[in-house]
Parts: sequence; C-alpha cells; structure tokens
Amino acid sequence: MSTPHEGRDEHAHPHLQHHFESMAQQYDSGKFGMWLFLVTEVLLFGGLFCAYAVYRANHPEIFAYAHQFLDKTLGGLNTLVLIVSSLTMAMAVRCAQLGQQRRLKQMLAATLLCACIFLGVKGVEYEHKWKHGLLWGTHYVPQGETVAPADAAGAATTAETTAAAAAAPADGGTTLPHAATGPQGLADHSQPGHGGASHGGHGPAGPAPRNVHLFFGIYFVMTGLHGIHVLAGMIAIVWLLRRSAAGEFGPEYFAPVDFVGLYWHLVDLIWIFLFPLLYLIH
Amino acid sequence: MSTHDATAAPPAVGGENYLNCSHGFRSWIFTLDHKRIGVMYLASILSFFLLGGILALLIRTELLTPTRTLMSADDYNKVFTLHGAIMIFLFIIPGIPAALGNFVLPLMLGAKDVALPRLNLASYHLYLIGALIAVLSIVQGGVDAGWTFYAPYSTTTNTAVVTLTFGVFVLGFSSVFTGLNFIVTMHKMRPAGMGWFDMPLMLWALYATSIIQVLATPILGITMVLLIVERVMGIGIFDPALGGDPVLYQHFFWFYSHPAVYIMILPAMGIISEVISVFSRKHIFGYRAIAYSSIAIAAFSFLVWGHHMFTSGQSDLMNMIFSALTFSVSIPSAVKMFNWLSTMYKGSIRFDTPMIYALSFMFLFGIGGLTGLFLGSLATDVHLHDTYFVVAHFHYVMFGGTVIAFLAGLHYWWPKMFGRMYDEKWGRISAIIISVGFNITFFTQFVMGSQGMPRRYYAYVDKFEPYHVISSIGSYLMAAGFFMTAWYLVKSLYRGRPAPANPWGGASMEWQAASPPVLHNFTDEPVGGDPYDYSNQDYDPATGGYVLRKPEVSDR
Repeated sequence: MSTPHEGRDEHAHPHLQHHFESMAQQYDSGKFGMWLFLVTEVLLFGGLFCAYAVYRANHPEIFAYAHQFLDKTLGGLNTLVLIVSSLTMAMAVRCAQLGQQRRLKQMLAATLLCACIFLGVKGVEYEHKWKHGLLWGTHYVPQGETVAPADAAGAATTAETTAAAAAAPADGGTTLPHAATGPQGLADHSQPGHGGASHGGHGPAGPAPRNVHLFFGIYFVMTGLHGIHVLAGMIAIVWLLRRSAAGEFGPEYFAPVDFVGLYWHLVDLIWIFLFPLLYLIH
Repeated sequence: MSTHDATAAPPAVGGENYLNCSHGFRSWIFTLDHKRIGVMYLASILSFFLLGGILALLIRTELLTPTRTLMSADDYNKVFTLHGAIMIFLFIIPGIPAALGNFVLPLMLGAKDVALPRLNLASYHLYLIGALIAVLSIVQGGVDAGWTFYAPYSTTTNTAVVTLTFGVFVLGFSSVFTGLNFIVTMHKMRPAGMGWFDMPLMLWALYATSIIQVLATPILGITMVLLIVERVMGIGIFDPALGGDPVLYQHFFWFYSHPAVYIMILPAMGIISEVISVFSRKHIFGYRAIAYSSIAIAAFSFLVWGHHMFTSGQSDLMNMIFSALTFSVSIPSAVKMFNWLSTMYKGSIRFDTPMIYALSFMFLFGIGGLTGLFLGSLATDVHLHDTYFVVAHFHYVMFGGTVIAFLAGLHYWWPKMFGRMYDEKWGRISAIIISVGFNITFFTQFVMGSQGMPRRYYAYVDKFEPYHVISSIGSYLMAAGFFMTAWYLVKSLYRGRPAPANPWGGASMEWQAASPPVLHNFTDEPVGGDPYDYSNQDYDPATGGYVLRKPEVSDR
C-alpha cells in the first residue's frame, strides 16, 4: 500500500481510484463484484423459475394447452437476435481491449440495434396476446370455444372479441392462431413438419383445462422482467456508446465494456432458458 | 441519538480527520468515504430504531388492559405491522453490517476504503429511498398485514401494502449492494501478509453475513415483485380463488426471511468475538472454530426455512427433515458460545460497557437459542406456534442477541468513530437497566405463550392481564435505559474526553488509526499481526489508551 498522504503516482491511469494500488486490482475487484451481481440476478429469476416449476408440476395440462398460443416463429427469431447481440457484444469487448475505437462503436451500436429488434418483436407478441384476451388472472378472456361453458361472465365479452378477431387476419401476418380456433388452428398454420409432429404426438383438442390464465401470468411476469432487464442493458449500452465516443476505452481501461458485456450475456442466457420452457414444451 | 450524530463534528480532536476535512450537506450526502457513509447509516438506523421503539411502546401500552386502552383494533394491527417492518427492514438488517461494518471493515483490513465506494454510496441512497417509500405507507394510512405480508390477506386487505412492499424491495437492493461490496473488499483488499485466518473474527462474521445478503435477498426481491404484481394486476399466482398457491408465498418469503435472521445475528456474533477477547485481555479461544462456525451458520441458514410452516400443511416428511436441519444450526451457535466462555476463562476481565453488553448477550442469546429448540421440535411447535412464546423467542435472539451486541459494538467503536469517550458510569448503568428491563418484558411472554396467549391479538382473556402489565412495565424500563444511552452518547459528542487511538487495548488494525481516523484512514502504514495478541502493547496513562510497544531495532 502506498503511503496515504502521498499524491497518486505520476504515471497512474486517470481512471485509477485512490484506494486501489493498481489498475489490475481495480479491474479484478470490479469484475468480481460484477459476477456476484450476476449471481443475484440468477437468483432473482430463480424465484420465477421455481414458481414455474411448481405450477408446471402441479398443473402440467395448463402448460401443455396454453403454450401452443405462443408464437414459436417469433420466439425463435428473438432467440436468434439475442444470440447475435451476444456475439456483437463480445466483439465490442474485444475491440475495446485492442483499442479499435471505430469498431467498438459499431459493435455497440449493433448490439443496441439487436436489443431494439428484440423488444419490437416482443411488443408484437404482447399485442397479439392482448388482442386475443390471452392475459393473466381475471383479465384472461379468450374467444370462442376455449371459454369454459359455465363462464357466463365471459360470454358477453366473447361476442365482442370474436367480432374483433374477425377483422384481425387482414392486418396480421403471423402464424399465430386465434384463440377461437384453438390448438388445431396452430397445427394447420404451422409448417408441415412441425404440424405433423404436433398431430402425431399430443394435439390436445379437448376443452381448455381450468386456470389457463396461470400460464399467461407466469409468461408475462417472466418475459416482462426479462424485458425490463433488456431495457436496462440498452441504457447501459447507450452509456458505453457515449463514453466510447469520447475515446475513454482502450487496452488500459476497458472494464465498463467488459462488465456490461457480462450482464448482457446473462440477459441473453436467461432468454435461452425462457424460450424452450415457455414456447417449446410438450 | 438520532440525526444529530451525522452533523456533530467534535471540534479540535487531534487536528484534521474524516469528520472535519470538509463541510456542508453535500460533502456528506455524496461522500464516497466509507466512514461517513457508516456514520450516515448509523444516524438513519437509529432514527428508525426510535420510531420502531415508539411503536413498540404503543403496542405494550395498548395491551395493558384486555380491551381497548389507546387505539382501535385496526390501528393496533397497523402499529404492530409497522413496528415489525421498520425494526426488521430499516433497523436491524442494515444495523450492524451497514452502519458499524461499513465503518470498521476497511479499517480492520488496513485499507483506505471498501473496494467499490460508489456502490457503497448507492447502497445508502437506495436505503434512504426505500425508507422514504416505506414511511410513505404510514402517510397512506398504514398497513395491517403483519411484517410477513402473508397472502392471501396481504393481497386482499385495502391498506397500503404495495407501497410498503415496494419500499422493502428497494431496501433489498441496498442490502445486496452492501453485502456484495464487503465480499469483494475482503477478497481483493486484504493487505499483503494477511491471510483469511489472520482476519479479525468480525470480518469472518461480516463475510458470512454478506454471503447470505447476496444469495437470499434476491428471493425477497422477486417475492415482493410477485406480491405487488398480484395486487396491482391480479395475476393469481398466490390467490387460491384463481388457482394460485398462498403457501408458495410462505415458502418464498421464508426462503429469504429465515436466512435474514442470520443476516441479523451473524455480525452480532462477530462483535461479541472482538469484545469478549479484548475485555478479557486474552487471545480468542478457538479462532478457527469460530470462523468456520460463521460459515456453517450461513450454509445451514438456507436449509431450515420450512420450520416456519410446520402447521401450514407441509408433509410430515418435510417437517421432519426441516426439524432435524433446524436442530443442527444449534451446533455452530453453541461452538461460538463455548469458545467465548473459554476465552473468558482465566482472563483478566474488565467490566466496561461493551463487556457488560457482551455478557448480557451471552445470557440472553443463550435463552433465545435454547427456546428455539422448543419451536424446532414438531410436537411442541404445534402447541406453541403463533403464541407469545414465538414472540418472546424472536425478541430474545433479535433484541437480546442482535440489538444488545449492536450496543456493545456501538460503545466499543464509539471513541473510534467520533473521537470522544462516553461517560463510562452511565454506560454501565444503562446497560444493566436495558438488560433487566428486557428480561422483565420478554420472559413474561414465554410464560404467557406457553399458557396459550396467541400473538397479535388485540383483546385477550382476563387471566393474561397480570403478565401483560408486567411485560409493559419492563418495556418502559427498557425505554428509560435507551433514553439514558441517547443522552450520554449525544453529550459525549460535545463534552466527552478526547479519545486516545486505542482506548480498550484492541489489537486489530482499526486501533492503529487515529480517533477519529483521517480521511484515508491511516497516517502511518498499519502494522499487521495477530488481531488477538495483546502482549506487545503498553498502557499510557497520559492519554488513557494503549500504545504499541516499539519493536526492537533488530530487523535491520
């Protein structure tokens, strides 16, 4: 430890904080802190994965039925987009380490663009769910025969939503079936190979199980919290872009890029788990 | 003892120090100095301790008679909810780690600051924001769901549950950041030559605490998020009417909140390890056993949450497993207890205020821990569940344990923090009053509880009236002790004798810094060594403190 009263070493990096002896110690501390923070993030989502596991174990029929209303194509597209963004983020870290200022900015911008696409696609998916009444709790008011016959309260709204749904196909370019047509609709609209598997295996053509809204509750909380994390990551990337525009990063000092990169990979990773658990189950 | 602490810079104690090196509100609220952040935390938590304490006195006064005394039943529900929530989330969880720990941790490492000072400040700002949100719930009419916020009542009551739980959510982040920062600091800032087993045991305790803070608090965060989403959007996940599972809420809540009681007690045990050794003038007995037992408690803490749900319809097998695991926590706790006793054996014991509190801790925590075994046994728990026996047990460990140890630490490090000695005579008197008042208040509640007095009840059967009266009288006595403490501590800031660098003869590194320390902590490079070796120091009657014996000039 240097003597406390002495000023900082003449050659010390301007980003070296007073209480560290070296950039290496500062970097190690920050990185370790970042990993610990990621642990807390995993645990935060861990609670939700735990809730998912409990409800799926207790009510497998809800999950088997309800997941078919999710759009695998859009979900798959988003998975691809996020994986690409992880690649560009990793390349941004590399550029910062090598001091390639121009490419650093390009890579960060590319990551930001991917994040925007992800949220845009997510927004489209949410909009479809909204339009078809596939929401959480008491807001779950699907159309047509998926409504339990005993549900008198739902009947009035059914009439409205069916009318709205009739107009929908014109604007919607999606393969997502209407809730009214149910899972069979999905099988019809899907690609042949996919549809065939669905027919041969398990097509649950019967009436909807009780409490289907639980699935959509979990779906919206999990993807919503994930979306908030994507937003937070975007803010961090904008911050990095501003700092890299000022040319602050280089081989001596790239810690912020590295740490945001770690965070971004975690956000990506959580989606990699969310996608199969919500979209691809049987 | 409230916000005055933060602004009272004692004049002219040995030149420039961290308290007087800069002035003004902004120099405090935006400081990156761990010592100032610690002092601000201290002022904040003591303010909330005062608020929570007043609520406690209101509860005790209401319970003087079997029917209405002061307030309506609804107000009573709100008062005990706020008492619990404020004491837990605003006082006791940040109490020792964020206030005292922040101050002493870098000093004990001989470091200039914690590893991540900006995160440290962010943690304090989040604490303030969370505290303000939580207090806002009082303005909105209060919350009556109890501090545990059990669903489905918490999702259906029309009180300000969302505000309070959102405050708790923000406070959780504050706690995570403190813990994270401490772990990084202990890993990366230890000076060359200080291995893990050369650290003072306070640091081991803080390390174990931090692990729990980092690993358990996120679960509280997501639980609060789910509760808020449940209330605001009606998501149905904890609502049986919508197919949800309220017992899942209990699992989530206790998965955090049981480890959280170890967030509260572990740093307290760290303080006791320091104080017992220093005031017995004897090397700590069983250093490694105490260090490992801290980690063992942290590990066990994650495996016992089910003992809160013995009567919630858990399967018998689960109950038996959780009961057995609960019993095993008593092993590392007892390891510590016997090591402290062995440290005192044939020591040269001095009964200064911190030591009186430490002895009081061992007595009260002993009772608190042993009565925990009654509750961990399945058959007796069915009888004692939700009675005053639980209330008494909880207060014996949390108040008799943590708060008493916090007071020990506060008195022990007070001269270091503010450069002034408090009045030792009044310190001892108050310590005894608080301990006696505590026993009168809560021992009676063991008796009541074992006879079937349920907790949280507003009106009760007449036969419990004498017990409630005795308990309330004890609480007034305790309050008197606390006001005395506040009085002589505040007075010491202005009139206290200037403190020497090492008033107690401690051997850990914080005592090599000036009292109060300079901004960057040490004027001279601190000398490392065994933190419990008292052989190389001499008492200096001129300053009333201890000085390191000059090493023989033989090393060169």
